[in-house]
Amino acid sequence: MSLLELDNVTIRFGGLTAVDGLSFSVDEGEVFAIVGPNGAGKSTVFNLISRFYDPDEGTIRFDGHDLLKVRPAGVAAYGVARTFQNIELFDHATVLQNLLVGRHRHRRTSLLSEILFTPSVRRQELESREKVEEIIDFLDLQPYREKMIAGLPYGVRKVVEVARALATEPKLLLLDEPASGLSVEETTDMRWWIDDIRRQMGITVLMVEHDMGLVSSVSDRVLAMADGARLALGTPEEVQSDPAVIEAYLGKAA
Amino acid sequence: MRIVFKTDYMQDIRPWKDGYQLGLYLLLLGLAVAAPWLIDTFYLGELTNVLIWALAGLGLMVLTGHTGQASLGHAAFLALGCYANIILIEAGVPFLAAFPLAGLITGVIGALIAVPALRLHGIYLAIFTLALSILVDDIIVLTEPWSGGVSGKFAPPINLLGLEIDRWGTPDAFYWLVLGVVVIVTLGYINLLRAPMGRSFIAVRDSEVSAQAMGVDVARTKTISFGLSCMVTGWAGALMGLYAGAFNNETFSVVISIELLMMIVIGGLGSIHGAFLGAIVIGFLPQFLSIAKEYAGALFGGSTVAIPGLEFGVFGMILIVFILFEPMGLYGRWLKIRTWFELFPFYRKDMFKRQKSYLKTERLR
Amino acid sequence: MDILQLFVSGLANGCVYGLIALGFVLIYKATEAVNFAQGDMMMLGAFVTIGLTNAQYMGLPFWVAVPISIAIMAVLGYLLDRFVIRLMFGQSQTAVVILTIALGFVLRFVAGLIWGHDPQTLSNPMAGREVRLGELVLGMEDVAVIVVTLLLTFGLYAFFGRTRLGLAMQGASQNQLAAYYMGIPVKRIQGLIWALAGAVAAVAGILFAAKGSVDPSTGLLGIKAFAAAVIGGFGSLPGALLGGLIVGVMEPFAARYIAAGYSQIAPYALLLAVLIFRPSGIFSQVRAKKV
Repeated sequence: MSLLELDNVTIRFGGLTAVDGLSFSVDEGEVFAIVGPNGAGKSTVFNLISRFYDPDEGTIRFDGHDLLKVRPAGVAAYGVARTFQNIELFDHATVLQNLLVGRHRHRRTSLLSEILFTPSVRRQELESREKVEEIIDFLDLQPYREKMIAGLPYGVRKVVEVARALATEPKLLLLDEPASGLSVEETTDMRWWIDDIRRQMGITVLMVEHDMGLVSSVSDRVLAMADGARLALGTPEEVQSDPAVIEAYLGKAA
Repeated sequence: MRIVFKTDYMQDIRPWKDGYQLGLYLLLLGLAVAAPWLIDTFYLGELTNVLIWALAGLGLMVLTGHTGQASLGHAAFLALGCYANIILIEAGVPFLAAFPLAGLITGVIGALIAVPALRLHGIYLAIFTLALSILVDDIIVLTEPWSGGVSGKFAPPINLLGLEIDRWGTPDAFYWLVLGVVVIVTLGYINLLRAPMGRSFIAVRDSEVSAQAMGVDVARTKTISFGLSCMVTGWAGALMGLYAGAFNNETFSVVISIELLMMIVIGGLGSIHGAFLGAIVIGFLPQFLSIAKEYAGALFGGSTVAIPGLEFGVFGMILIVFILFEPMGLYGRWLKIRTWFELFPFYRKDMFKRQKSYLKTERLR
Repeated sequence: MDILQLFVSGLANGCVYGLIALGFVLIYKATEAVNFAQGDMMMLGAFVTIGLTNAQYMGLPFWVAVPISIAIMAVLGYLLDRFVIRLMFGQSQTAVVILTIALGFVLRFVAGLIWGHDPQTLSNPMAGREVRLGELVLGMEDVAVIVVTLLLTFGLYAFFGRTRLGLAMQGASQNQLAAYYMGIPVKRIQGLIWALAGAVAAVAGILFAAKGSVDPSTGLLGIKAFAAAVIGGFGSLPGALLGGLIVGVMEPFAARYIAAGYSQIAPYALLLAVLIFRPSGIFSQVRAKKV
């Protein structure tokens, strides 16, 4: 059953067509990767799903809902969480606070009760912490729990971003280049985590990634894009051996 | 260094780290309550003034320190709170109702103003609020029937549950009133910061895009922050009016707005302590300067004539030094000193080092 | 004819606003910082010239004093950048704004210490002379202000659009890191821009002091000029001038035709309206941040 469905989605920036009539669907429980050269429109697809942009044409459906009718801040409430290519964490807050912001969509208390810190707020805080603590455990972030983001190494921040997205308890996790800038060891860790996120937590993963090693080892299906359009779709092996993909990456002569 | 082993989530949730810290703050509160018996009337008046400024600082801190929206126009909301309070009292509303209402009115009007204003980013918001602050002077003159215009208004003595409170007649009672308001607001502020709404303020300050992706409604959060900020500032304004006794269109000038923003920067943006530390600097700088001048006069035999603009000149210089060398303000400096002692002799110079960053344009072409 | 007279006097005032606004925009365009002390730099430029020219101070001839004071202000602008602003490299816009506001306080204090707090005028060869165009009588100063402002604005406009240095300056502002990679000496360019802004402030100050009197708090005029810059759209040089002219022309007309009490509100009301309905000014440039 497909969780996310894009149908004939097109978006233009001025004269540039960034995404051109793109259709694909992501099934529940799979790891789906989008690959393609720079400027192929991969991140734009993410920003469309996050509702940062409105598509000029086409529909995006998630879990039976028309996502285009949802406000940008409402997407998280439906169970879509994401990370960012250039890491967008809350730099002047601790790791714990960052993850707790991820719990925002589960907030049930009102402003007044929070100012008075009523027992219901306290209960909610305890619940949030339990969930967040599970994720800290899961991703081995204990040493950094109370640290400010601003002082953390790049690799750790990358993991914190994944952790924050998981804290929202999503159905679909969008990972924008989870391995970019990571060392070989860190990339291996990321590979296992992505696997665990799918297996243990049952979360569907949609990722954009350049590292073909990572892509072929974790993903069930791969979509190759070029110039905003679909080039090939299939298992990692199928896509890697597709003549159109080889041509797009290596040029015609190869 | 005291290391706290956490065995319970409540240790994270409650606002103090351990019993020692709680004890210190309770001691401080005790001293503050006992102040009328400890210091003379002149300094009690100054202390009252510092607390009122701290309250205004708390108001602006919510918006600027925690939500990241700089306002150069908060004097407008001081004025609004001040006038609302006195006009309500004059209309026969008892102080106990008029005072909270004055803050609420200011907060609601602030939130309404926020709706168009908060679509503006950074510097544009600063300009918008600056213009508001400039306009307030003229608006007070234009609404003379209510505001008294240029001739201003006088604050009547207030009646709190049969107790007559007056800044000059009963300075102790007035001090306790101010202290009570400050303590209540501070507690509310602390609670807010450990709850989801306070965290979403910080999220909006640090990264609007990812706050949005986490399900935080950025516009709504900013509006709430603006409203809360204005409410607290309104209360500070009401107390300022009562403290001053008389005020007119020029009392809450744009200079006050700027001073308020500078105060929280000196104190330390993004911390409740910062509002108090900044207020202490603002409150005692004039005293300090006059003492320093007398001293210098005695030492060099110079004259003790007033130097116009000295206060602002010195204030500006202090601020420049802070922004350049201690952007986290007095509170940041205090944290470093404390860490130095706690870790002695293992403190490293780069422990609080700022990251090198490059400015990227926010405009696309 | 009356209306025309009002218009021209407004135009001359507007040019001074426009010149200060030009300083704001220059620095903004090249460094994305907003210099709230620009008005105070204008005031300082005026006082430096007064100090050089007026009889009770040094008494130099006007035409000797003008280039000297422009040079002094340019050096001051450069030094401000070198020793104060540059330490803020890469920090948030808001921090720079607060810093420059504080700088304004200090400049006002220093000017008060040196030249006192009484209003003073600049003795200059244009004083009292008139230009007649048909029935229209114009003060020589007003004409000078308008001419100098127009020349300066379009000179700078051409400089930014046509010369290598001007383009490098724009590049440096839009992405400091990328500009570094392209071999643009970002820091040196920032210093040059501040020097340029200082020189423009000096010109504005000289013209202002020739038209009327200055005192240390004249720098607060910067706020009005700031409104002008925003109305014209931050980041556009002709826009800044146009914004200045709009505010300048608006004032005498508002004073004449709108009830007293409301008239001084006019520029700020326009500012608020522009910010609400067209936040990026008449020449829009700002769009959403890219993720």
